[in-house]
Amino acid sequence: MSNTNENGAMLTADGQPLKRSLATALRRQKIRALLLISPLLIFVLITFLFPIGSMLFRSVENNIVVEILPETVVALATWDGKSGELPDETIYAAFAGDLQRAAKNKSHTRVGLRLNYEKSGSASLFKKTARQAKKWDLETDAPFKEKLIAAHKGWGEVEIWQTLKTHSSRYTAGYFLNAVDMRKTQNGPEMQPENRQILIKLFQRTLIMSLLITVACILLGYPVAWLLANLPRSQSNLLMILVLLPFWTSLLVRTSAWKVMLQQQGVINDIFVALGMIEESGRLVMINNQFGTIIAMTHILLPFMILPMYSVMQTIQPTYLQAAKSLGATNWTAFWRVYFPQSVPGIGAGSILVFILSIGYYITPEIVGGNKGVFISNRIAYHIFQSMNWGLAAALGAILLAVVLILYWAYDKVVGIDNVKLGG
Amino acid sequence: MLGPSGSGKTTCLMMLAGFETATHGDIMLDGISINNIPPHKRGIGMVFQNYALFPHMTVAENLAFPLEVRKIGKADREAKVKRALEMVQMGEFGGRRPAQLSGGQQQRVALARALVFEAELVLMDEPLGALDKQLREHMQFEIKRIAENLGITVVYVTHDQTEALTMSDRVAVFNDGRIQQLAPPAELYESPQNSFVAQFIGENNTLEGVVKEISSGVALVQLNDGKLIDCNPVNVTKAGERTRVSIRPERVEFNKERFQPGAHTLSAEVLEFIYMGDMFRTRLRVAGNDNFIVKTRNAPDQVRLEPGSHIDIGWLPSDCRALDA
Repeated sequence: MSNTNENGAMLTADGQPLKRSLATALRRQKIRALLLISPLLIFVLITFLFPIGSMLFRSVENNIVVEILPETVVALATWDGKSGELPDETIYAAFAGDLQRAAKNKSHTRVGLRLNYEKSGSASLFKKTARQAKKWDLETDAPFKEKLIAAHKGWGEVEIWQTLKTHSSRYTAGYFLNAVDMRKTQNGPEMQPENRQILIKLFQRTLIMSLLITVACILLGYPVAWLLANLPRSQSNLLMILVLLPFWTSLLVRTSAWKVMLQQQGVINDIFVALGMIEESGRLVMINNQFGTIIAMTHILLPFMILPMYSVMQTIQPTYLQAAKSLGATNWTAFWRVYFPQSVPGIGAGSILVFILSIGYYITPEIVGGNKGVFISNRIAYHIFQSMNWGLAAALGAILLAVVLILYWAYDKVVGIDNVKLGG
Repeated sequence: MLGPSGSGKTTCLMMLAGFETATHGDIMLDGISINNIPPHKRGIGMVFQNYALFPHMTVAENLAFPLEVRKIGKADREAKVKRALEMVQMGEFGGRRPAQLSGGQQQRVALARALVFEAELVLMDEPLGALDKQLREHMQFEIKRIAENLGITVVYVTHDQTEALTMSDRVAVFNDGRIQQLAPPAELYESPQNSFVAQFIGENNTLEGVVKEISSGVALVQLNDGKLIDCNPVNVTKAGERTRVSIRPERVEFNKERFQPGAHTLSAEVLEFIYMGDMFRTRLRVAGNDNFIVKTRNAPDQVRLEPGSHIDIGWLPSDCRALDA
């Protein structure tokens, strides 16, 4: 009755093995599904993966010196930087040639800027020397060693040559070392001088403050989510509107509002003074510091905590609490032993969301954070927009991404990502 | 407690458990008013419709929960949990989570949890509603057996009358927030006190009419089409009242030889004959009612009525109850 071939495999009505014809049918389905999502796939690729990839690449890319001073780099290969002696004439000559060409197509400033990250003063050194180098005749004006040192005495110092040699490789770990307050020297990585060590501190501050913000959001958000899930529908809808209201106003407006509230001549201080709780002279400093950042960011990120908690709590049936009470548990025991454990997935989802959002937050710390309340992202923005050290910015971003992924992995190990629910 | 949905059964049960407040009157348990005792101190076991097994605890932890909150020692606790699980034949499932159990198994665990702390009264809110028919019948028997073995009282809410009739010692029929009748199952079926109970319990034929006279325990009722029948007056008191006459389908007789001498008979037209295996179900038109059902046992000598034929039907006056209109 059933169709089988000589191997005993089942056949379909048209004589094909069942396995193969099923695979064909499924493949067609898969291709159709892939075609349907391909616009999204391409969009994500172009607007998300590609930019991030190229940004991350910048954190190790280091081709400025090699491209602009190619002959110098070749010549420097034979020079021993640790000897403490200046390079010889061939290297100076190669450099003079490179510099002249660079000056003519105006790329010398890029090298100057690149080396300035490592050794301050390099930018002006290149700028000044390049102006004179344009006039040199490479054939007749030798020796260039004296000429360069005459143009700027900086070329007579071993250090600039060491820096040039250290950073002449096409790829570098230098940006990553910088991102953790170290630097690349000819003797390998070493710590930055004390007064330049700020980034590790900033990373720590970012993590600790994000943690504080997350905890504050849990404490404030839990009761609200509970009310949302347990109030009668009409009231909970109203409450939901209040929770969502912040989403409908601009982030900038909300943050600025906190500025008005918290500043020394602001609403809260005025009220305290009016109530006689503090002296006129003792107005509290609540903004442009960590306190201001934590308050404002807790407020802004609170909905991201409440919503996942709410959607999980919504699925916890009230009969569980009734059952616990009918079994003899007091209100507190019923809540703590029965309700709370079931709401943990919501807390987990909210915490991950809030923590990851706050770790990369930029606008709010920028406005209300002052000097002491800024995050690592503000530093990244500074390197992108002001110091133009994109390599360092990319390295910082990559580290931030790695930290988030590691935390996510740790969370998965401890709590289990399966336990995270955004509803249902 | 039996009744249609919205009749107040669950509300009543919740009042017993302490989750709803009684606005008026006293709830007495063993002669003591429990109105002001909070739910967790009432010591009443409860089985919920959806079982309400705590999903984050194993079966054993679920059962240990009521013992833990009563601060019962670990060894004692484990022994009691074990005994309760064995009682519902779930001894091997202590380490599982509720989600890993089938509906029937969850039902057993919920039952064990309500019993494990030795409650004298157990409330059940449609506990078998989610089970398939066969399992439901099996569990009905099981619950009844356990309750009898332990000597506990079970207050059981259901909207399934068969369930109520097979499981109960006494059934309270609810409608519109009132108990319509509180009686043992047989009494409820045989002698319903009003037309709601008659209609709600079992199958029932209704004929409407007016009471002509009541004498020596028999009411003479004139039906809407003018015919007269004798009835047992249940809650009609005087002539001229409107009434609904109720006759159970299996008490209707159409074999002339079995008619009571002197009993009133009615003529009927056969509309439909339905073969149901063990029973024949015949739909008749009687006194303007197109839905008059007669049930007869499928016996070798049983007559199968032909649709379209005209017959006479009759019954004992005591089986025909004149109830409120």
